[in-house]
Amino acid sequence: MKRQHIDKGVHSGFFLIALFSITALFLIMVFLFIESIPVFDHITIKEFIFGKYWYPTDDPADFGILALITGSVCVTLLSGMIAIPLGIMTAVYLAEIAPPKVAQIVKPVVELMASMPSVVIGFFAIVVVAPFIQKVFNIPVGLNMFNASLMLAFMAIPTICSISEDAVFCVPSALKEASFALGATHFETIIKVIIPAALSGICTAVILGLSRAIGETMVVLMAAGGAAMIPGSIFDPVRPLPATIAAEMAEAAFGSEHYHALFAIGLVLFGFTFIFNLVADYISYKFRQTGEASL
Amino acid sequence: MIKKRLMFQKLSFSMIKAAAWINGAALAIMVYYIVSRGWRAISWEFLTQVPRDSMTAGGIFPCIVGTLALCSVTLFVALPVGVASAIYLNEYATRGKLVRLIRLGINNLAGVPSIVFGLFGLAFFCIVLKMGVSVASGGLTLGIMTLPVIIGATEEALKAVPDTFREASLAMGATKWQTIRKVVLPAAFPGILTGSILGISRAAGETAPIMYTGAVFFTPNLPSSLFDEVMALPYHIYVLATAGTQIEITRPLQYGTALVLIGLVFGMNLTAIILRAKMRKKLRI
Repeated sequence: MKRQHIDKGVHSGFFLIALFSITALFLIMVFLFIESIPVFDHITIKEFIFGKYWYPTDDPADFGILALITGSVCVTLLSGMIAIPLGIMTAVYLAEIAPPKVAQIVKPVVELMASMPSVVIGFFAIVVVAPFIQKVFNIPVGLNMFNASLMLAFMAIPTICSISEDAVFCVPSALKEASFALGATHFETIIKVIIPAALSGICTAVILGLSRAIGETMVVLMAAGGAAMIPGSIFDPVRPLPATIAAEMAEAAFGSEHYHALFAIGLVLFGFTFIFNLVADYISYKFRQTGEASL
Repeated sequence: MIKKRLMFQKLSFSMIKAAAWINGAALAIMVYYIVSRGWRAISWEFLTQVPRDSMTAGGIFPCIVGTLALCSVTLFVALPVGVASAIYLNEYATRGKLVRLIRLGINNLAGVPSIVFGLFGLAFFCIVLKMGVSVASGGLTLGIMTLPVIIGATEEALKAVPDTFREASLAMGATKWQTIRKVVLPAAFPGILTGSILGISRAAGETAPIMYTGAVFFTPNLPSSLFDEVMALPYHIYVLATAGTQIEITRPLQYGTALVLIGLVFGMNLTAIILRAKMRKKLRI
């Protein structure tokens, strides 16, 4: 009988530990809220989100993050324009076109891309990409939105590629065979059958990739130029949300208005990625492939 | 007609192929620059000495030690919690709202921006728990960040263990816990190992979570306890490359540190990739 008791105890023990992740997530939310609430004694939420001026050290200070949000959204969209086609095409190549031997080489390459430390990518942006952009486009500074977007695309591609590849790989082969039997070429099958069938997975991949790009800190901190203004062209420097937090936390005195404003930025950033993740989760849960019938 | 369609296919396929190789090219260029310019900075002194002359000369020994210390704490936290969570989700849990909520939590934790982990670590570990800027705070922050990676990898490893193993053990009269401990875990061990290596390699390269929780600009001392602040490789690169007046002079040091960091991270990743390839081969037989 004793064994059964131990078994029950172990079961509950594992259950409690499994709650750890969700507790951590909950604590993160709680602390972001607690630490950001004091700043809203001084300004309204509307002024905070839609205020155009971010001068945290002036007296009186301005805490409007519209320019920072715009910066984040712009770099993320631009990096998406590069990373989404490349990521999906690589996924299709790996799952459908590449001979197995080649795929065995390309897959680790994508994994190594994913593991490249972000600070090294940011460093590369400063020492190699920035001078290159300066020369090619004949502009005064190479650290700008375009540079940061290129680097963010490098980081988002592995996420988009590996999740899309799973989705493409999981399309039942009967569909593919049916399409071949009707006389479609391999490419027509990919475009008209396989990609539509894998669409929910590909959407999840894109959302998670963009979510990774919008939350990435070191790359935008080092490569985006750091000017807190609304960009007029892709060669303007920007200061996305994560870069602002990372750059200014050191100078913000503990408990000051600035300190709480930075936590409020963290909360906004968390909100962005949280929504992205919920949508991705919803899509992959709602439209999950459960056999050919669901297509 | 069919000829035209096949031509079109050929054209499109070469485009897709080119897209795939752009990734490889980007990675190769990045690695090439770091390696070709970094290896000249690497010497025995560089790896074993402390920085001198306000960080314009000397080595990066404290950074290496600091990164290893942070990673140890990370592993110490994330491995037991991650493996236990995965065991619960894969072996015990039945489909239900609570389990779905736990999974949702893990997925969302994986998507939290690294700087937000840093803010949380600062507010919770450093200030509320009064651990200050220390190896413990930094390691715990990284540990929470690494948790989803380890849970995901462990679950995959547990799923790869055939159900017949479990059934055989249960049929012999073993309890569920005995089955897990003596049959399932040993069979899943290589997969769990792979996942842990991947998780740790990610933690080793992260900068944002430790910027305000564990790592400092400069400290001449090696950490002697969990509550000491440390230097760390990624933060060292950031500091040398962006702060200070000597950015151009310390360029070789920056390349050298970057090379050591990607050497460490890629080394761990390649080990994991090779381990996994071997394991898959074994499972197929």
